[in-house]
This record gives sequence, structure tokens and C-alpha cells, in this order.
Amino acid sequence: MSSSVSPKKSSRVLTLLGRLAALAAVYAFFAILTPGAKGFTSDANTQLMLQDIAVVAMAAIGMTIVIIAGGIDLSAGSAIALSMITTAHVLNLGPDGSRLVLQHPVLLPLLAIVAAVGVSVAIGFINGALVTWLRIVPFIITLGTMQMARGLAKLVANEQNIYPPAEVQDFWIARLLDPAKTVFTWPFLPAAVWLVIGAAVLTALFLRYTRLGRHIFALGSNEKTAVLCGVPVARTKVLVYMIGGLFSGLAGVLFFARLGAIGQPTEAIGYELFVIAAAVIGGASLLGGRGTILGTMIGALIITILRNGGVKMGWPQYTQEIVMGAVIIVAVAIDNLRQRGRS
Amino acid sequence: MSAATLLSVSGVQKNFGATRALRGVDLTLGRGEVLALIGENGAGKSTLMKVLSGAHRADAGEMTLESEPYRPAGPLHARSLGVCMIYQELALAPHLSAMENILLGIEPTIGPFMNWRETRAIARRALDEVGLTALDPATPVAELSIAERQLVEIARAVAVGCKVLVLDEPTSSLTRKDVQALFALVRRLKSKGVAIVYISHALEEVEALCDRFTVMRDGETVGHGRVGEVPVHRIIAMMVGRDVADLYPRSAHTPGEPVLELRALAGAKLPKSAGLSLRRGEVLGIAGLIGSGRTETLRALFGLDPVAAGELRIHGRPAPSAGPAVRWAQGLGLVSEDRKTEGLAQNLSVAENLTLSRLDGLGPWRFVRPSRQNAAAAPWIQAFPIKCQGGEQPVEALSGGNQQKVAIARLLHHDCDVLLLDEPTRGIDVGSKAQIYTWIDRLALGDPAAGKAPKAVLVVSSYLPELLGICDRIAVMTRGVLGEARPVAEWTEHSLMLAATGQDQRA
Repeated sequence: MSSSVSPKKSSRVLTLLGRLAALAAVYAFFAILTPGAKGFTSDANTQLMLQDIAVVAMAAIGMTIVIIAGGIDLSAGSAIALSMITTAHVLNLGPDGSRLVLQHPVLLPLLAIVAAVGVSVAIGFINGALVTWLRIVPFIITLGTMQMARGLAKLVANEQNIYPPAEVQDFWIARLLDPAKTVFTWPFLPAAVWLVIGAAVLTALFLRYTRLGRHIFALGSNEKTAVLCGVPVARTKVLVYMIGGLFSGLAGVLFFARLGAIGQPTEAIGYELFVIAAAVIGGASLLGGRGTILGTMIGALIITILRNGGVKMGWPQYTQEIVMGAVIIVAVAIDNLRQRGRS
Repeated sequence: MSAATLLSVSGVQKNFGATRALRGVDLTLGRGEVLALIGENGAGKSTLMKVLSGAHRADAGEMTLESEPYRPAGPLHARSLGVCMIYQELALAPHLSAMENILLGIEPTIGPFMNWRETRAIARRALDEVGLTALDPATPVAELSIAERQLVEIARAVAVGCKVLVLDEPTSSLTRKDVQALFALVRRLKSKGVAIVYISHALEEVEALCDRFTVMRDGETVGHGRVGEVPVHRIIAMMVGRDVADLYPRSAHTPGEPVLELRALAGAKLPKSAGLSLRRGEVLGIAGLIGSGRTETLRALFGLDPVAAGELRIHGRPAPSAGPAVRWAQGLGLVSEDRKTEGLAQNLSVAENLTLSRLDGLGPWRFVRPSRQNAAAAPWIQAFPIKCQGGEQPVEALSGGNQQKVAIARLLHHDCDVLLLDEPTRGIDVGSKAQIYTWIDRLALGDPAAGKAPKAVLVVSSYLPELLGICDRIAVMTRGVLGEARPVAEWTEHSLMLAATGQDQRA
């Protein structure tokens, strides 16, 4: 190639700058319109947003991988609820008054996380296995497992909220999203946000630099080509949904912390739509083969800012919903026009 | 301009941003005339079609239809003026019936309701006219064969009383018999005064069917003539802009040990029985009609479809049933007949597609470094050569010929010993064809000086001159049974056709 900067690279940078500009615009909009100590940019509100971002972004990492592979995971919201319930359930084990967690304040929360993530990965496995072996489109399969996981969460919780002992609220698991004193003192951000950043970086590297990562793109771009080239398509698909489940599970643990160490089986209903929207605003194509973790992270920020900013503006629920819907459509439309302009 | 001139195009230009897709196109078309529009892919034929159909507006130039200025506002307008297109990728709604498709967009109605009686009557007349007399107009298009679908689409043109019919590579997915039926229909339409533009790569078809030809290259018309008055090699020279001395280079190959042996291989449906022995340093061709089981044979032995019975040996060792991953590892590589939906991942890059089957060595352990991926693709892009902006360019931006070269280069990157090529030159331009033939020859020859052993190549093709031009031996598949492979010198196009249709007395 003659030029030093390839056309693809320069357009990638442009796309990224466009997304960042959109993010800045959305942020500036609310920052200007709701000024003051109780406004959008106040420390308290920033901390609140960071908590929400952590949950959406964690789940969106997994969803991006599923979408790149040409799939969709509608069960994400229910998986989040189920893993939240599992976390609460494990922390609530033992007889009344002397819960196990009080004797094992480190071990049992760890166990809870392993169980929560395990359950969610299992749902991912079922998703992947059914999509692969029944050859039914993932939309239908995960629509089914969405209902089943939700039902399971309610079953485990006995259709009630689960309240682990009050002491748990001071344990590390409940403080994952604990706000740092201000954004400008160490550790700057809640532990979970660091976790999300770490997971995002690792996943981006995984997608770009490993064989499995390249296989995921190939699978999503053209499954038949992947088969032809000897890509283990069935295995890759199952793994993709399991990775999706892994991140939903982690998001569920964060959701548990976000709610103040409570397990609510009816929470996170429809949450998968925010997660999918984050990926799509970030440039992932529902046709597969296209998407980036960095884009999705920006998408998650935009989604969270919109939800939070709308509340700060005192908009009624319906206005928030209308704005959110419009932003999703506009974002994807702009992306599509750019794509078309290039080819 | 003679009195019989129906459509004339002069000086038409069309730009897309900085790309000059049409630089100046002139052609005339008379009533009852069949004009061949030929040129390599990317010469601007499709753009011209879109300008004619009103899908694109010309930036400059004049078009007249029946001596009136012709400025179609869109495809429906063009159709109402009597200019109809039959695209290569058929534009039918598979869930709708034949009659609904024929009258799509111009449905006869009574008030707001469909007039089904009228719909059926118009469709019936149109279907009769294109020779589908036995077809119930209410049949869903999904239940029709490719050839029937094409005829339904022509019926759609006939139903609006089209004056100019443009056919884009209409025979590319038809069987020999259907091609004859299509030719008969074109002649019938011609005798009724319909003017036909026939876009094709196959010069044999042009000779058989067309009155005149117009050659396009790089967005311009570069030559006109009467078919039969200009020798074929002159036409090819016009198309590629240079003389193609010999399309089929063939060196003397020295076959070595057998590397691929099939004995009575059978698939779930097809093939019924396929036996052959392919040797290193040899190009073996499989001829036969579409649907005779040639593609299925390749797919079964490559592990893409299940094997029902029979024996397969690779490099002299028995090779039990296995998936494509194992076949790649055994040194086999397959180029699919359908590069669009199977052969290539269209929105991935050239380098990504080229290296997909063998990502090892492009990074430590199971890692893949994109820079190494590009570096691995670069020599093939240069050697073939593949016309692209570099390994990072998405495959979908490449012309058909260059896409096909990427699909074949994948096998070269993989360093396959046995290359299974299914219709390797279907629908691509002559220049790319020549390059692919050269590579096939070179691969079978090997390069002892560079330590490159000869490869074995198995080619499935429906294009007989190609098989006769590049193969050392040819076997013919007839209704699922593969005949004996015989040296190419013992075959002619005629005898291959006889064998393919099951009339070969020797077989």
C-alpha cells in the first residue's frame, strides 16, 4: 500500500471521534440544563451514574460478543436477575440468626459470586446448545430462556425479595459499587468500575488478538464460510453464549450490590434492551461480523447518561422513554449512512 | 439514426463521488434486435443498466426512446415506458405466487381491493407467452426452479408490454436445456419486435444469439460490431484492452503418486457413486449437468455433507468421515461455487478471509496478530495479483474476479496439496479467468527449484471450453454417477455433452 494511513484505519478513527462527540454532546446537554450542587454534574450524581454504568457496561461486553457472532441474547435481563437472586440466596444460607455468611465474610461472598456466575453461564450454555442443535434462531431460543430464567429467579426467591443479614451491607461484596470519596482521590472509581474497565480491555484484546476472537467475527460475518474454513462452529457458538452468560452473571452480582445487598426477582425486567442498545449505539451490527468493545462502552455511557439525565431534568417517565427510543434510532441511522457512504 | 432505432444512448456519464463509473457510453438498439453488451466485471455494465432502469440518474448525456427524450424517474416509471430489466439475482418475492409477482406494483384493483380474476388472466397470458403454459399462476415462487423463476420474471416484463428487455447474465445459473429454452424465448420476443440487450461473459452465447455487440471497458464503450464479422479474439482484446495470446496456458504436467482416491463414494442423496483417482501434478476436471451431483461429491469428500457409503483415501491412507477442519489438516482445500454466500465472509477484510482456515503461525500460542495476518496475505495479493487497496480492505468492495482470487489464495496460503475448485471462474471477467488458469497450471507444475512440489487440482465446471483448456483428464458426472476419467485429448465439447446427458455409448 502506498499511503501510510490505510483508509480503513482513518475511517475507524473518524467513527470513534464521532461517537465520542455524541457522548460529549449528550453529557454537555444535561450538564448545562441542570446546573448546581444537586445537578447532573454533582459528585453525588456522578457516583450514582458510575454505579449504573458499571452494571450496563458489564452486561454489554458479553452482549457485544454475542452480537458480533451473529446472535442475540434476550435472556440477559433475566440472567442478571437470576444471578442476583443466586447471590442473595447463597448469602442467606444457614439458620435464622446465625447465617453462614457471618462466620465466613470473605469465603461465602466468593462462593455466592461463583454460584451466580455459574448459573448464568449455564443459561448461556443452554442458549448456545439449543441454538446450535435445534437450529432455531437465537431470538426465539433466548426469548424462551428469558422467560424460564425469570421464572427460575422467582422460584428460588419464593416470589419475594431476599434480604441477607443487614451486616452484609458492610461486606466487600456489597461495597463493590461503593463510591469513592470524590472522583479525584484514590481509588478514583468504585472497584466495580475498575473491574469493568479491566474486563473491557481484556475482551477487546481477546476479540482482536486470539484465534477464537477471529473465529467469532468470521462466524458472525458468514457462518457458511466459517464452516467451509474448518472453524469449529458449534463449539464457538456455545462458547459465545457462555461468555455472554458470564458477563450477565457478573452484572447480576453488581446489580445485587447496586440495590443495597438485596435480591429482587422482579428487577432488571427489559434490561437486555438497554444492553443491546448500548452495543448497537456502539456500532455493533445485528447482522453479525461487526462491533467493538470500545464502541459498546461509549454506547453504555450514552444510555446511562440519557436515563440519569432525564430523571435530573424532571422529565416524566414517558418523555424519557420517547427520547431514549429516538436516540437509539438516530444513532444507528447515522452509522448506517456512514457505512453506505463508504462503500 | 435509422427509422428502426428504438433506444439510443449517447455520451452518458455517471460519477459516484470521485469514481467515474460511466465515462461515455454510446449505443443504439433497433426494434427486434438482440444487442450483446459485453465487458469485464467493473466495466460499467451494471451501472449502465441502473441508468437505463432509472435507478440512477445520468450526470450527462442523452437517451431517447422511440425518438422521444427518455428520462426515467425510477424503475417503475421505466417499466411503464416499456424498459424492463432482468437482473442476475432475481428480484422475486419467494412467498408470493407467480401471478402476484408478475403484477407486483401494478396490481389490477376494484376500488381498494385486488381484482384476482384480472390478475390471474393477465398472468396466464404472460406465462403462456414465456412458455410456462403448464404453470398454475397461483404457485408460490419458492416452489419454482431457478429457470422457472427467471421465466416468471420475464413474464413480468411481458405483462407490461415491454419494448426493451435487458437481460443481465441470464444463463449464469441455468442448465444447458434451460439455456436452449431461454434462447428460444429470446428469439420469439425478438420476432415480436422487442429489442433485447443481452449482457454476458460467454462469447459462445453471444455468437449463438445476438445480432450486434457493444463492448464496454472502464466505463466507456470501446467497440461495436456485427456478430460473426469480428473474430472472437478481437472481441476479447477489446474487452481486456490487450491481446490475450492464449487463455489456457498448459505446460506438460508429470503426474506423480495418487493423493486423493474415491471408491463408490455416495452422499445422502447425491452423489450415488463417485470413483476417481487424482494424482499429484495433475488437473482433473469433472463435467456434467447442474444437479448431477458434482458439487455434492466435493462437499461430501470435504466433510461439508455426510458420506453415506464408499471409501476415501488421502495421500494413500484411508480417510474416515470427518469435518472440514480435518480435511484442511489433511491438505485438502475447497473453493465454494458460491463465493457470495459461502466462499467469503463479505464484510471481513481480504487478509481475514485469506487466512481464516490457517491462523496458526500468525502469533504465539493461539493468538493472532493482525499485522502478521496482513503480512501473510500481502505476498498473495501481489503474486496473483489481487486488485485491492490492501489486506485490510473488506472483501465486499472487490470485483467478482478479485473476490474469487481471494477465495483461491486462501488455499495457497494454507499450502493445500489437493485443491478442490467448484466453478472457479463463474461470473468473473476474462482477465481474472486468465490469471486463475495460469495459477492452476503453475500449481500442477510445481517449482522444483523453489522446493515446491506439484499440487493436485480437481476442477468442477459447467464451462466446457475451460475444462478442455486446462485439464489433463476429464470425468463426466451423470445423474449422480461419476464416469471414468479420460485424457483430455479423447474428449470434445460434443462428446462431453453426450456423456453428461447420458447418451455416451462408450460409457
